[in-house]
Amino acid sequence: MTRAEICVVACAEAWRGDGAILAGFAGLIPQLGARLAQRTFAPELLVTDGEATLLRNGEPEGWLPYRAVFAMVAAGTRHAMMGASQLDRFGNQNISCVGEWERPRSQLLCVRGAPGNTVNHPVSYWIPRHSPRVFVDRVDMVSGVGHDRNAYEIRRVVTDLAVLDFATPDRSMRLRSVHPGVRVDDVVEATGFPLTIPRDVPRTREPTDAERALIREQLDPAGRREREIR
Amino acid sequence: MDKLVGIEDPVAEVRDGMTLGIGGWGSRRKPMALVRALVRAGRRDLTLVSYGGPDVGILVAAGCVRRVVTGFVSLDSIPLEPHFRRARSAGTIQLTEYDEGMLYWGLLAAANRLPFLPIRAGLGSDVMRVNPGLRTIRSPYADGAELVAMPAIHLDVAFIHLNRADAQGNGRYLGPDPYFDDLFCLAAKRRFLTCERLETDLFSSGPPQTLLVNRSMVDGVTETPNGAHFTSCAPDHGRDETFQREYANTDWETFRARYLDGGESDYQQAVKR
Repeated sequence: MTRAEICVVACAEAWRGDGAILAGFAGLIPQLGARLAQRTFAPELLVTDGEATLLRNGEPEGWLPYRAVFAMVAAGTRHAMMGASQLDRFGNQNISCVGEWERPRSQLLCVRGAPGNTVNHPVSYWIPRHSPRVFVDRVDMVSGVGHDRNAYEIRRVVTDLAVLDFATPDRSMRLRSVHPGVRVDDVVEATGFPLTIPRDVPRTREPTDAERALIREQLDPAGRREREIR
Repeated sequence: MDKLVGIEDPVAEVRDGMTLGIGGWGSRRKPMALVRALVRAGRRDLTLVSYGGPDVGILVAAGCVRRVVTGFVSLDSIPLEPHFRRARSAGTIQLTEYDEGMLYWGLLAAANRLPFLPIRAGLGSDVMRVNPGLRTIRSPYADGAELVAMPAIHLDVAFIHLNRADAQGNGRYLGPDPYFDDLFCLAAKRRFLTCERLETDLFSSGPPQTLLVNRSMVDGVTETPNGAHFTSCAPDHGRDETFQREYANTDWETFRARYLDGGESDYQQAVKR
């Protein structure tokens, strides 16, 4: 069992209980998570091939061009797991640029669909390298809105070290579990703002034998997942 | 009723300072032959409205652009567009940054001759901060909801590329996604369509629901085989990933001299090797 496999399962868990909604994802590990969830405990989940085809257990089952994705965003029948260059304790996210917006030190993606996603439907985040550069006090450009700016729901943040959520009275970030082999202090050190830490922090669950077999033999036989975590 | 034009004709209608909409999405089915023609024509001070890809990057690098109106600029398999990034950090272009859905809504408003359309996207985000002209509107009904009043995005000219067309300006896409090419045409005063292949009996050669634009939406048609290169134009051709990497990793002057200083046929010859 590898750290990447723990992360795939932790991403899949974000969609548990969602029913027949569209799983959006950016990045390989969330994609594997969505496909794993669909094949195991969330069979109703809708998953695309990254373009306009809906896939069920790897086979095409429907059509979803971008204009229909925007309709599902507006209808709220979607839960997307996005990336984040910066994330603050209320879940405000930045993928647009680093530095002053007027003349950024580093221009990134622009806001993409983050503003619309975060006010319309649940959003989670995948962070392949948990560090104080990502988990910042204040993001440079609010692309995805957080709970202090009326986000619909920021559900989970899955990183290479831990799973975080917002189950606190003021809906700020809380440590939900640490991955096997990671200490709570490792997470605290890698986070640039104070986290709520429960007295007993559980360990992130390990993949079942069936899940591990699905990941290794069907979803990602080439092991590309191992390169997403450095 | 024949609307066939040469590749340089649509570009002649784009004057310095105009607002130009470009169809496709990221590095997918972009009207790249028309983009190359614009570079040759040396237009200046354009406002580009685009789900941005190498169309934006090339026109920015060539010095044709004053402002980009977009939700992203990406090469898909290469997430960040190098020329757009550089120009943003150098402060040589202006940006109107919207959520992707807001861009769609702005084109839809223009297509419907509405001054704005209400949308949730943008609320609470810094899109409102960096677009101080954006206004919200309150629902007149019992819910009283506050929404963004996304203004119509009017275009002077639109360029799109489709798989098939006829000489009258009817056009068909064959790939997995129409993107928003019909809306770009409906939002524009002058509309130009390039296609992989012209057909005489377009209606009979495929399912009617793939006929994305009709002749009331198009002012000129040009056959440009491989005209979306190096972006994808499924199923006619995929993205030329090798060439896209070369584009992203080559300094602009070298790339331009190697590929863009000649005409479209020189380009197609050069990329065939």
